[in-house]
Amino acid sequence: MATIKFVQFDGTEEAVEAENGTSLMNAAFDNGIAGIDADCGGECSCATCHVLVDEAWLSKLAPITEQEDSMLDLNPDRATNSRLSCQIPVSDEISGIVIQMPEFQY
Amino acid sequence: MSEAVNNEERNFDPYAIPMDDKFNVADGFLFEADEQWKWFERLRNEAPVHYCSESEFGPYWSVTKFEDIMHVDKNHGIYSSEGGITIVDQDEDFPLPMFIAMDPPTHDVQRKTVSPVVAPMNLAKMEGLIRQRVCTILDGLPIGEEFDWVNRVSIELTTQMLATLFDFPFEDRAKLTRWSDLATADENSGIVDSEDQRREELMECLTYFGRLWQERAGKPGDDLISMLANGESTKDMLDRPAEYLGNLILLIVGGNDTTRNSLTGGVLALNQFPAEFDKLKANHDLINSMVPEIIRWQTPLAHMRRIALEDTILNGQKIKKGDKVVMWYISGNRDEDAIEQPNDFIIDREKPRHHLSFGFGIHRCMGNRLGEMQLRVAWEEILKRFDRVEVVGEPKRVISAFVKGYTELPVILHAKK
Repeated sequence: MATIKFVQFDGTEEAVEAENGTSLMNAAFDNGIAGIDADCGGECSCATCHVLVDEAWLSKLAPITEQEDSMLDLNPDRATNSRLSCQIPVSDEISGIVIQMPEFQY
Repeated sequence: MSEAVNNEERNFDPYAIPMDDKFNVADGFLFEADEQWKWFERLRNEAPVHYCSESEFGPYWSVTKFEDIMHVDKNHGIYSSEGGITIVDQDEDFPLPMFIAMDPPTHDVQRKTVSPVVAPMNLAKMEGLIRQRVCTILDGLPIGEEFDWVNRVSIELTTQMLATLFDFPFEDRAKLTRWSDLATADENSGIVDSEDQRREELMECLTYFGRLWQERAGKPGDDLISMLANGESTKDMLDRPAEYLGNLILLIVGGNDTTRNSLTGGVLALNQFPAEFDKLKANHDLINSMVPEIIRWQTPLAHMRRIALEDTILNGQKIKKGDKVVMWYISGNRDEDAIEQPNDFIIDREKPRHHLSFGFGIHRCMGNRLGEMQLRVAWEEILKRFDRVEVVGEPKRVISAFVKGYTELPVILHAKK
């Protein structure tokens, strides 16, 4: 189990509990967190589950794969801490992670 | 006339012929008659990855299940877009390179140059102007009198939109429609008389846009031409005129046929599923989930094609290096293993954006949010004005296995009570 804090673009914060092994994208979806579209359903193929990961947590995540990198690149608003939430598995190690939602999904 | 006779005499029953390597769905007349559904249903059930050895476009594989299409679209390292993205092979004497038909890395840098024009921030800025233009068009329509929705609304609206994106001289905007039609015209469609005529008119397009480029080079702006003329990776593109023309055609077709036919498709769908229209009238917020459903139900581009770069296996079938692989989005969007009641138009689906119409992977439609916004604004304004858009005759469909659309849809508008 991990606690994940989602921060909406307008500053609203919501913390959810998520099972290990699911993805951040599913954790958001299952808990009714707005701001993630996830058009492709978690296939790393649409880049509409874009999130910004709090800098302090970035190094704790598995590195970006080539596929994720090329999908993130489609987004003109990509930032250094941009990730696709479907590619981040939930685990004990990331409990407490802070995830910022972008203004728009592209 | 000869074409009508041709279609009447044809037996469109896919079960009347054997499922073998002559089973061919890439036939514009099949789509014109709207008879393709059962053909794809049979492919999905009996041969989801199917090899057709003979067609007017040469041999090709058909991929018809949602999951298999997703796999091909994702794996751009195996399935290449280089050299063309429709089943029609590029004309070797008149090649038109465009970034959608390129692999990384060139694809990525060129796409990045133009994609900010349709980024959400820019769209928010454009919405007011789009709404204003939608209102003008809708306010000019007759009430209680038959007219052609395709011509008066769908074409006019998407052409005005395109003129806005290019900052194209407004009075010349009909040229954009013509170039778009020209670029995708099936040779049987009657839109062009000959290949020479097509080339001649496309060269006029290049000349026109060459002038706009020269006017805008050195002056940064928010329109697509200024972006290309001043973008780091594209600013020397005018020296490669075929590539400039190719990318223009991509942006013109991408922003035109697709939205045009979804605007018409939505009217048709709401007439075929009147209970959905009742739902919509009772709750206008459903426009947000209806828009992606229209795009799924219509699937304005029926397919995209790839070429295998290596021998590979797809759902048990051995695909050889160099083979042409066609992803039939129109079929994947009606795959019941991926979408519940796929043949029904349902405006409040739980995950309405889970459809293939925009493609997936690195070539995913760049303008998807723009297209959705145009449809949303159009429907918001339609519902404010009219009680009903009644379809009063059969639609006429485009003869094409690529552009799935309409050339005519007779309607009557009913005033709001």
